Amino acid sequence: MKIRLLDIAHARSGDKGDTANIGVIARREEYYPLLVKYLSAERVRVHFAGIVLGRVERFELPNLGALNFLLHEALGGGGTRSLKNDAQGKTLGSAMLRMELDIEEQLIVRGDNDV
Amino acid sequence: MKERIRIASGQGFWGDLLTAPLDQVTKGEIDYLVMDYLAEVTMSILQKQRAKNPALGYARDLVPLMEQLLPLLVKKNIRVITNGGGVNPLACRDAIFAVARTLGISGLSIGVVLGDDILGRLGDLRGGGMPLKNMETGEDLGAVIDRVMSANVYFGAAPIVEALGRGAAIVITGRTTDTGLTLAPMVHEFGWKAGDWNRFAAGTVAGHILECGGQASGGNFSADWRAVPDLAHIGFPIAEASPDGSVAITKHRGTGGLVSVQTVKEQLLYEIGNPAEYITPDCIADFTTIQLSPDGPDRVLVRGVKGRPATDSYKVSMSYLDGYTAAGTLTYAWPDALEKGRAADEILRRRMQDLGLRFEEIRTEFLGYNSCHGPLAVPQGEVNEVVVRIGVRGKDRGAVERFGKEIAPLILTGPPSVTGFAGGRPKPSEVIAYWPALLPKSAVQPEVVVKTI
Repeated sequence: MKIRLLDIAHARSGDKGDTANIGVIARREEYYPLLVKYLSAERVRVHFAGIVLGRVERFELPNLGALNFLLHEALGGGGTRSLKNDAQGKTLGSAMLRMELDIEEQLIVRGDNDV
Repeated sequence: MKERIRIASGQGFWGDLLTAPLDQVTKGEIDYLVMDYLAEVTMSILQKQRAKNPALGYARDLVPLMEQLLPLLVKKNIRVITNGGGVNPLACRDAIFAVARTLGISGLSIGVVLGDDILGRLGDLRGGGMPLKNMETGEDLGAVIDRVMSANVYFGAAPIVEALGRGAAIVITGRTTDTGLTLAPMVHEFGWKAGDWNRFAAGTVAGHILECGGQASGGNFSADWRAVPDLAHIGFPIAEASPDGSVAITKHRGTGGLVSVQTVKEQLLYEIGNPAEYITPDCIADFTTIQLSPDGPDRVLVRGVKGRPATDSYKVSMSYLDGYTAAGTLTYAWPDALEKGRAADEILRRRMQDLGLRFEEIRTEFLGYNSCHGPLAVPQGEVNEVVVRIGVRGKDRGAVERFGKEIAPLILTGPPSVTGFAGGRPKPSEVIAYWPALLPKSAVQPEVVVKTI
């Protein structure tokens, strides 16, 4: 079945130089394995084609049900060098949540939260 | 030893909600107020201000704030820790002493942390075998050293702890890590020693949660922004710390906003790299060990944090001049708003080409359409209006300035139904680039000065 990442996760993004980070957090504990399984660094790199020019790194935080992604060369040079309206990558988290995932699991997605 | 202390975040950046520090002091009980003012770009701005006037170079917002706060701080015995001293913490202290005198307050002790500003020592340090290579690219500093505008070492909690130990009611620092501001009172009150890496990491994690103010208590909350009550009166986060390193994150009762496991999770993931190695001058915190649990309304427990020994280096942040940018906007209205915006962009680029203007980059974005999500933005039929934003960057200031003079003519010499040029010609602004480097801790010593009036 097809789901939107927005339905199973929330996100926050920010900058460090020309690298953006995006924390992707499972809305419910049982969604975290789906993130681990389907949200690979490569999948994220493809999603951000044309935005991220460098590599994508992924880190797992099972304790928070979250993944952290580093998107290198994503901010047009970063800081005051960048000509982007969103030079700090603040909206890249929501851009991530646009992603559609085709998952094998059957899921009743309600878009609601754990806590 | 106190059983617990309450550390309140009063500012997440220079430009944050001006009422937040006063709310933290008046709407409930706290022991410490911590305020972060310094972003990377801030240091170079402050260096420029000090170059023009030796009495400036710090976060000037602190002065009117202290006019309001000082009597309350004294009465309630609340201590303040801030990095708002910028590149001139002594001048910041003297400005606050002047406020105290005006208010008739005496017996006030202010501690100042010095030694982070190494702008005048770069040549000596390099001569002494500290290359200060760019830690991201490996380049030698020699390439930009004549353009460096600011150079600061990130100190941690240690010098603040010393100032608190010597009785400072207010501690003013220059470049200190955001997390050190929050860790310091825990180390001071609970007597933690270097080697208590788990507790240092716990205090560091609390500092990371507090360092962006309202972003931990319902601001910028992606999971369910509609569920956050009364953001107009948002309460900034408060860390209630215990000697064992456990911390409860909360906010004052009756304030707006929300503290939940999810708001805290979002802030924990903000601007981090490898979560297992969150490196500060105080310790290495492992964010993959953090355990969060709800503990009643607007209250989250943070436990289980593991830490490792600090490294033997300080991070240095330098800024240097690297050319100029300018950006201008025009607004196009229906019909064919987007198409007309694109045509205007082409006309402008052709004119700049004819003029022989060269840039490192020209970037065009359509605000309301694709400036945030770029190629991921979904095309949506006819748009009612669009703001075209064109920016240029280059080493030639004259070319960047000329670009600014080419925007306005499009109003009378480009596609129709265009407006939104009230701001005048875009002016060139300096590109301030960063040079992150490492420096052995032995090469620089923080100095703590405590003075009482």
